[in-house]
Amino acid sequence: MKHLLSTRDLDRATALQILDVAEDMAATQQREVKKLPTLRGKTVVNLFFEDSTRTRISFEAAAKRLSADVINFAAKGSSVSKGESLQDTAQTLEAIGADGIVLRHPASGAPAVLAGSGWIAASVVNAGDGTHEHPTQALLDTFTLRRRIHGDGSRGRDLDGVRVLIVGDILHSRVARSNVWLLSTLGAQVSLVGPPTLVPFGIGDWPVTVGHDLDAALADTAFDAVMMLRVQTERMADAFFPSSREYSSNWGLTAARFMVLPEHAVVMHPGPMNRGFEIASGAADSPRSTVREQVANGVATRMAALYLTLTGGAQ
Amino acid sequence: MAVRTVLQQADITRALTRVAHEILEANRGSAGLVLLGIPTRGVELAERLGALLTEFAGMPGWSCPVGSLDVTMYRDDLGRNPVRSPAPTRLPSEGVDGRTVVLVDDVLYSGRTIRAALDALADHGRPAAVRLAVLVDRGHRELPIRPDFVGKNLPSAASERVNVLLTGTDGSDAVTIGDGAE
Repeated sequence: MKHLLSTRDLDRATALQILDVAEDMAATQQREVKKLPTLRGKTVVNLFFEDSTRTRISFEAAAKRLSADVINFAAKGSSVSKGESLQDTAQTLEAIGADGIVLRHPASGAPAVLAGSGWIAASVVNAGDGTHEHPTQALLDTFTLRRRIHGDGSRGRDLDGVRVLIVGDILHSRVARSNVWLLSTLGAQVSLVGPPTLVPFGIGDWPVTVGHDLDAALADTAFDAVMMLRVQTERMADAFFPSSREYSSNWGLTAARFMVLPEHAVVMHPGPMNRGFEIASGAADSPRSTVREQVANGVATRMAALYLTLTGGAQ
Repeated sequence: MAVRTVLQQADITRALTRVAHEILEANRGSAGLVLLGIPTRGVELAERLGALLTEFAGMPGWSCPVGSLDVTMYRDDLGRNPVRSPAPTRLPSEGVDGRTVVLVDDVLYSGRTIRAALDALADHGRPAAVRLAVLVDRGHRELPIRPDFVGKNLPSAASERVNVLLTGTDGSDAVTIGDGAE
C-alpha cells in the first residue's frame, strides 16, 4: 500500500489487514517500552492546511512510537500564506527528505492530487480533505467497534450484520463518508439520520438507509452502535437548522434516547464533543461510550497506516 | 524444480527430543526456562519442545512456559521487501525478567531474524540469559550469531530453498531442500 487516500477504494482484504496490524500495534502500546524501531531513519511530515490538534497529535504520537522523525508543518503563518502552491510546498518537503506526508487540506481531493501528480515520491496519508474523506478516523472507529464486539478474537473478523447508526451533519462530514464506505465494505448495515438540510444530495447511491427522524430510527432498529457526529459550530449560523435547541431536541443523543438503546449498544463520537448539544453528558461518560478508546485506538490505527504505507520497497 | 526430503516426521521428532534433553542438560534442570517461538513455525516448534521439556523434566506441577515473539517490527529489511504483516506476541505470564529464554525458530540462515528477535526481547524485559534453538541450521551467517541447540546441520547453497513443514501449520512434518529453480 503506497498511499492511504480514502476508504472507498479499500477492498475488504486490505481493510482487514490494516485493522489486524492495528491490533498488533495496540498490543505494543500496552508494554512498558512503547517505542518500536520500525521506521527508524524515515521522516514523516504532518502537513496541515486546516487547524487540527487531535488528529495531528495522534499522527505525531504514532510516527514517534515507530521511531520516525516527525516534522509538523502548519500552513498558517508559513510560506503557504505567502501564496506557495501545494506542489511547491510538497516538493520542498521532499527535498528536506520526507518519506511520508500526512495531509490535512480544506479541498476535497487534495491528497489524491498530491499522490497522483508525480510531484513527489513520498507516500501520502489523507488526514482529512474537505468534505471528502477522513480514512484513518473511519479505520479507528471500525477498529474500536470490532474490539467491542469481538474482543481479543478480533483479528481477521469483519462486521458482518452489525447495525450502525450515524447521526448528525452528514452533508459536511468526511468522517461519515469514510465510515459509510468502510463499514459497508466490512459487511455492516449503516443507517444515517440527520436534518434534511444536512443530508447530501445524491445520497441515493450510497449503500445506506437514510432517515430524518431519530426517535423513529431508534424505535425501528436495535442498533449495535450509534455514532454521533460533531455539529461544527460554524454551521450553526448558516441556517441549516432553526436553532441549536431544536437540533438538540430532534437529533441529539439525549439522556432519554440513550435509555432507549439496546443494552449492548455502544456510543461513539469522533470528538471534540459539544456536550449537551449533540450528545448528553450521561451518554458521553457512560461505560458504553467509546470516546476515549477511540482516541487511544487512533494512535494504534495510525501506526498501522504509517507502517503499511512506509515499508515494503520491492513489491 | 527438484525437491529432496532431508528430514521425515520421525527424524524431526528425534531431533526435537534430543534438543529438549540438551536444553535441560545445559540449563542443569528446568529452573527459569521460558521458550519463545518466532512466528510462524517457530511457535509450533516451541510448543512441541515445551511439551517434551515438561515431560522430561519430571517435575510435578511444572510445565514449561511457552510464548511467541514477533520480530516483524524489528527487522532491518522492511524497506527492501514486500510489506509484512506482524503476528501477535504472547509472553507467558511469568514474563522474561531474570529467566533463561530459549528462542526457537525453524531455520537459521543469515541470522538477521535472530538479531531482530534479540532487539524485540530487550523491549519486553531483561532475561538472565538468552539461548537459541533451531530445527535446521543451513549456514550462510551474515551476523556473529550461533545457535546453542541444533536439530540438524544442513549445508546448503545460497540458491537452494530449505522448507520446513510442520503438522500444525502445514498438515505434515518434513524438511525439504530444493534447487531454487521455479
